[in-house]
Amino acid sequence: MRLLKHEMRQGLISLAIWTGSIAFLMVICIILFPEMKGQMEDVSDVFASMGSFTAAFGMDRLSFGTLTGFYAIECGNILGLGGAFYAALTGITALAKEEKEHTAEFLLAHPITRTGIVSAKLASVLLQITAMNVLILAISLVSILFIDEEIPWKELLLFHLAYYLLQIEIGGICFGISAFLRRGGLGIGLGLACLLYFLNLIANISESAEFLKYITPFGYADGADIVTEEALNGPMVAVGMCLAIIGIAAAYWKYGRKDIQ
Amino acid sequence: MEAIRTEQLVKQYGKSRGISGVDLTVGEGEFFGFIGPNGAGKSTTIRILLGLIEKTSGNVRVLGEDPSEAGPRRKILSHVGYLPSEAMFYHGMKVKEVLRLSADLRGADCRSEAKILCERLSLDTEKKVEELSFGNRKKVAIVCALQHKPKLLILDEPTSGLDPLMQREFFRILEERNQAGATVFLSSHVLSEIQNHCSRAAIIREGRIIACGSVEELANTSAKRVSLRGHAELEGLTGIRDLQQAEDAVSFLYSGQMKRLMEVLAAGDITDLTIAEPDLEEIFLHYYEGGVQG
Repeated sequence: MRLLKHEMRQGLISLAIWTGSIAFLMVICIILFPEMKGQMEDVSDVFASMGSFTAAFGMDRLSFGTLTGFYAIECGNILGLGGAFYAALTGITALAKEEKEHTAEFLLAHPITRTGIVSAKLASVLLQITAMNVLILAISLVSILFIDEEIPWKELLLFHLAYYLLQIEIGGICFGISAFLRRGGLGIGLGLACLLYFLNLIANISESAEFLKYITPFGYADGADIVTEEALNGPMVAVGMCLAIIGIAAAYWKYGRKDIQ
Repeated sequence: MEAIRTEQLVKQYGKSRGISGVDLTVGEGEFFGFIGPNGAGKSTTIRILLGLIEKTSGNVRVLGEDPSEAGPRRKILSHVGYLPSEAMFYHGMKVKEVLRLSADLRGADCRSEAKILCERLSLDTEKKVEELSFGNRKKVAIVCALQHKPKLLILDEPTSGLDPLMQREFFRILEERNQAGATVFLSSHVLSEIQNHCSRAAIIREGRIIACGSVEELANTSAKRVSLRGHAELEGLTGIRDLQQAEDAVSFLYSGQMKRLMEVLAAGDITDLTIAEPDLEEIFLHYYEGGVQG
């Protein structure tokens, strides 16, 4: 418990900055919506005729003129990318930072088991991701009320749930990688998040690449799919959660037998 | 029960040598010195004792428990105070927060002891750790290692960065702890520290213990330091090492027959002569350069 508290405190500034930035961009987008709604009739046609670019962002299946469509594309991208980066960053630094900053000798000289350390750090990663999502959802809901739009509860909650699961997955995988690193792995974490994001864009463009949706968590967090299906793709979520669990299990396995330098 | 016992302890890092067959026995309540040059394997041995790294082979027991297993390691660590050679702490924390964190992670209330130690070492607890000099960071690590009154103190190059006054105070604290029953395991390459404070010591070189015994025993090899002024015909005399020649002064370590030495000296033209026990520094060099198996 004491270690969890310490970890949360260490991550507080990062949590505040990322939550603040993502929420700020989303609020701006939401506030711009009423103004854009009027112009969207024409714009939608333009967006819908940009070929594969349109498909990549799901704009062939979503309308910019509705709040759900607009939210899925604009806010989806902000929360999708921003959240993925934050989750990757938090996960990848969790275990590796102790060795990178040479604090591992301090921490591991205390009577705490390695399993206990991994558990506390994992709990801290999950709690920080959860806190960010809850805060952003709340700010987002208030912003929608502020522009006098009706809240599309089902779609909105599904979006946020999907992005939450996406972050858990990326966080879990990066947490696993973190156990194997001795130096910081920021590049690896952010690179992985970027890669997964672009895999989904590719999957959207080409039908022959659609299997990629099963690899990247952005596959089940695709706004267009969620709006048309009104549900998350179960198998994709299941694959994603399995990957997260594998990552976490790898962290426990590796950290328990790792030589601390 | 011994505080520390290792048998044929081996650690290999890939292909490079860590330690190769370290045998150590440190009794409870001892003030034990662990000497060796940098890279000889001192820190590797200590890391195995603390369970930070996994041994490749051999046996190790600390306070009767095996540090390579999670449960026993936790038990060991609750009775051990460890002072790493390079102490680093979490960014943004104040000294008092670090001390508190360390105590909390042990589930102990160490405030009164921490206060006493900070006063004795003149450590300002309101400062942030990143503002501290190397020496002051060391003091934080010392308080962390001592504040829970551990049974076994494992100290890796403890005095580097401390000024002489602080070093003296630090050793005074260690002596007090030792007299109160704590075992002290002091790793150092500063021989005077070992000679002045330790009752027994082991010398490690290239991953092996080359000598181990009481500090007097280690110093008491048959070799003598012979220094003379004047001229003597040393050729033909066997058992001379570390020969240093100045203008009309000669100094060397002698481990040959005393009678032969006397004959040679008597035949020479000598104005001044001392024959003395070599100090530990010389012994150390003797072990180190000579590679004698102890």
